[in-house]
This record gives sequence, C-alpha cells and structure tokens, in this order.
Amino acid sequence: MKKLHENMIEKLLLVSAVAAIFVVALITYFIFADGLPVMQKYGLAHFITGIDWHPLEGHFGLLPMIVGSFLVTLGALLIGVPLSVGCAIFLAEIAPKQVTGLVKPAIELLAGIPSVVYGFYGLVILVPFIREVFGGRGFSIVSGSIVLAIMILPTIVNISEDAIRAVPKDYKEGSLALGATHWQTIKKVIVPSARSGILTAIVLGMGRAIGETMAVIMVVGNVSVLPESILDPVRTLTGNIAIEMSYAAGEHSQALFATGIVLFVIIMILNLLVTLVPKRVGE
Amino acid sequence: MLKKNNKVMLIFALILTAVVAFSGCGKKEVAPQDANGEKAGLSGSVTIAGSTSVQPLSEELAKAFMAKNTGVTVNVQGGGSSAGVKAANEGAAQIGASSREIKESEKGMGLTEHKIALDGIAIVVNPKNEVAELTLDQAKKIFSGEIKNWKEVGGENAAINVVTREEGSGTRGAFEEIVLKDAKMFNKAITQPSTGSVKTTVVGDKNGIGYISLGSLDNAVKGVKIDGVEPTTDNVKNNSFKISRPFLYLTKGEMNEVTKAYIDFVMGEEGQKIVVESHFISAK
Repeated sequence: MKKLHENMIEKLLLVSAVAAIFVVALITYFIFADGLPVMQKYGLAHFITGIDWHPLEGHFGLLPMIVGSFLVTLGALLIGVPLSVGCAIFLAEIAPKQVTGLVKPAIELLAGIPSVVYGFYGLVILVPFIREVFGGRGFSIVSGSIVLAIMILPTIVNISEDAIRAVPKDYKEGSLALGATHWQTIKKVIVPSARSGILTAIVLGMGRAIGETMAVIMVVGNVSVLPESILDPVRTLTGNIAIEMSYAAGEHSQALFATGIVLFVIIMILNLLVTLVPKRVGE
Repeated sequence: MLKKNNKVMLIFALILTAVVAFSGCGKKEVAPQDANGEKAGLSGSVTIAGSTSVQPLSEELAKAFMAKNTGVTVNVQGGGSSAGVKAANEGAAQIGASSREIKESEKGMGLTEHKIALDGIAIVVNPKNEVAELTLDQAKKIFSGEIKNWKEVGGENAAINVVTREEGSGTRGAFEEIVLKDAKMFNKAITQPSTGSVKTTVVGDKNGIGYISLGSLDNAVKGVKIDGVEPTTDNVKNNSFKISRPFLYLTKGEMNEVTKAYIDFVMGEEGQKIVVESHFISAK
C-alpha cells in the first residue's frame, strides 16, 4: 500500500518536471516553425547583418536591434552589477540586523513593481531629465540601461546575498585569525568563495535585462537605426516583436518570429558562455 | 536509436492530434446552433473584404451585429482597398471595404457607396510650441526628415523631434498615404507603439511632433492647423481638413436581406456609436 502511494507521488513529480520541458519544447517548436521559412527565403545573413528594417517592403535587417539589445543590456549590467553586488556584501557582512530589516523589504518591494510602472516612470521623469542634462532626445541607450539596472537590482542582490551567506563561517574566522582585516577578508576570501553564486545572480539579472520588453519600449525610442552614441535612441529585439505584432501579417509576422529565433539563440549562447566560467577560483 | 525516435514522433503526433481536436471543439461551440433569440429569424453569412484600415472597425461592428443576430456569421477579411473594390464588383464578397474614395476607373462598375465613417489624423505638437500652423508640404518635409529645425517653419531655433507609429499601424499607413505620399518616413523618428504613448512623448518634449487619430485629440497636446484649417471633426465632415479619408462599404446591385440588415445596423445609432468608440468620426 505504502509502495503504491510512493509510486504515485513519484509519477506526479515526474509529470510536473515533464510539463516544464514540454512547454519549452512547444514554444521552441512554434517559434522555429513560424520564423524559419522566412529566414530561409531571405537568408540568415540578410537578417543578422542587414541594417534596414522595413518589414512591409521585404527588408528584415535585425542588426540595429541586435546591437540595441546588446548595448542596453551591457549598460544595465555596468550600472547594476557594482551597485547590487555592493549592496549584497553590505547586507550579508556589514549591516546590523535593524538595517537589514529595513533594506531587504525595500529591495523586495522593488521586485514587485510591474515593469510598465518602471517604464512609465522612465518616460515621464527619466527621459526628460536626460534630455535636459545630457542633451539629445532623451530616448536613449542610457535611459534604457538605467531603468533596467534598477529592475535587475533585486534579482542580483537577493541571490548574491544568499551566496555570500552560504560561505562557511570557518573561512571567515580563519582569515580573521590570520590577522586579515574585515575588508581584506571580504575581498580575498568571502567574495571569491561566493563567486559562482554571484555569477549565477549576474546571469539571471542579464537574462531579465535582455528579455525585458515593456519598460524598455517606453524609454529607448525604438528607432531601428544603428546608434552612434549612448544618447541615441535604439530598438531592442524584444521591443521589435512587441511593438509590431499587433498589426503584423504574412511575412512581417514571420519576420517577428525570426526576431524571436535570433533572441533565442543569443540567450542560449550567453548562457553557454557563462557555464564555461570556472566554478571556483583555481579550477 | 530508431525506436527512441519513433517514440518521440508518436508523442508528438498525439500532441498535434490533441491540439487539432481541441481547436475543432472550440469552433463548434461558436457556430450558430438554431439560437432562440433571433428576432426576424435572420440567418446566413456576410463577407466583408478589403482595406486593412477598415478591418479592425469592421470586426468590432461584426462582433456587435453577431451578438444581436445569433444566426448570422460575418466574415471580415483584409486585402487592401483595391482588393475590396474588386471583391465587391466580382461578387467574391457581399461588401467591399475601402479607405479611399473610389477612383474614376472604378466608377463605372455600378457599386453603391455607403460612407460608414471618416478617419482624420491630427498632427500634434507640445502646447508650449509657438508653431500653430503648417502646410501639408511642410508636414511632409518634417516627417520625412528634410526640415530638421523649428525655425524653418516659424518656430524657435531648436531641433524637431519627430515621433511616429510602428510599421503596420493603420494610423501610420494612412498618414504615409495622405501626407508623405512618395516620400519615406524619417528613419530616426522615435517610434511609439500607441496613440497614448505618442501623446505622452509630445507632452513631455517641447520640440516634439507626432500624429494621432483625430478621435483621440484632446487638450494635452496642440493640434496644428493644416493649410489654415483646424483639425476638428466638423472640418473633416465638410471635407476642408486635408489629412482625412472616408471609410466606405461598397455593395453591388440588390443587397440580400442579411447584408442589408448589417449595413442598416452599421449606419444606425448603435453602429455609429461603435465607430466613435473606435476613435473614428461618425459619418452622420
């Protein structure tokens, strides 16, 4: 009797696991089924290296969007990673309990704000601010990066903090016993030991940044031309799909699926690159 | 190896079958089944084909009409205005939809025109902008990127920040057709995916200029005069405002009962209310 029960639970858990894979497989299948024909018709090079996006006239160059996605995400990481890793170290190592009790809920609240709210805030506050201070049109790579940097904060802070807290106490005590200061211990012992967890946090943050759509659309200007400066407007791959899907038909709609394929492959490559980074120092 | 492949294929086939079967189920439920609420016992189907600009409006109207007459199916198809004229003429569709006046060459076909709505587009600037009037030609040059500074059109010395809609949008399509004609939209124009965000962008930028459907114009932005004419619904109706176009339903010969009922519904109070709700201008 007990055995049957155990069996059933095991099967149930298996089904849950398979369901996730199944959904991923279905999505992949449909993206490729819809996007590949148009890619084959015009050739991969047309999509990846073309700089003209005029879907109604048969020009499907995605290079401006690839560059746009890349730059906005890079900018978000440049601003967001130092901030959030710093915050995680502070929370795990330095902050007294009362301060942690104040900062942590604030950061978790940040994670709960819907992306459209970030976008709206960016559109009415940040974009005019950047236009006044730095010139240009306000809709720019910088605006997108700043909004995204704020959005990836909670992800990176939470996971890095857990990773730092998971470093065995012995390491820290050993280091301190050898006469190292607290900062030396953090820099040379704790952060390097937590490196793999912090990297995971950054990758998840990057995934969020490259996949974010709504907030980015509202602040980057969505111009499908190669940018010349960080104050120029750009369009991201996700933005390209979201902006045009409502009216797209025929090849135009297929080209949007092709955009999805490009995005899909880029994310796969990024994830792969990260798994190549050694898990611990010295490995 | 082969066996494994077969298994995967089998599972896939099963899934596909299930998907197809289920989607079939859904459709059956929607199909009319001798419903009880029919007033005049109206039944049959109407096909509307043509302009993709009229299509979203036709879909709204069709939905409301089918909700009232459960025995009727209204099919709405795209294809473009010219295809709509052709479809009505050849009888491929009971109703052809066009978002332009019919051409001289099409007048001899003996089609009946029903003007169901008007579509007007307002060019909007920030309320703080001194410029209150443009010619159609200046508008064309601004949106194609030829004129880049407000001082060239009587404003202050500042760069013009052009805001446009995404490719495929009906408003953009109409704007390109009426204002830009053979010219191309400025490729560095900020692209916003909705009327609302075009407005917000222009409100937030003193040097911005954009275009929105006339039905969505309000006091937050300033609608500029085109060739001296204010962008108002009245001026669209009396044909003096240039950036506008009619939405036509075209029928040929005697309409059958269902088609006539549908057109009466569209021209009636309820239909015209939907027209206004969809941000177009009532034809009446």
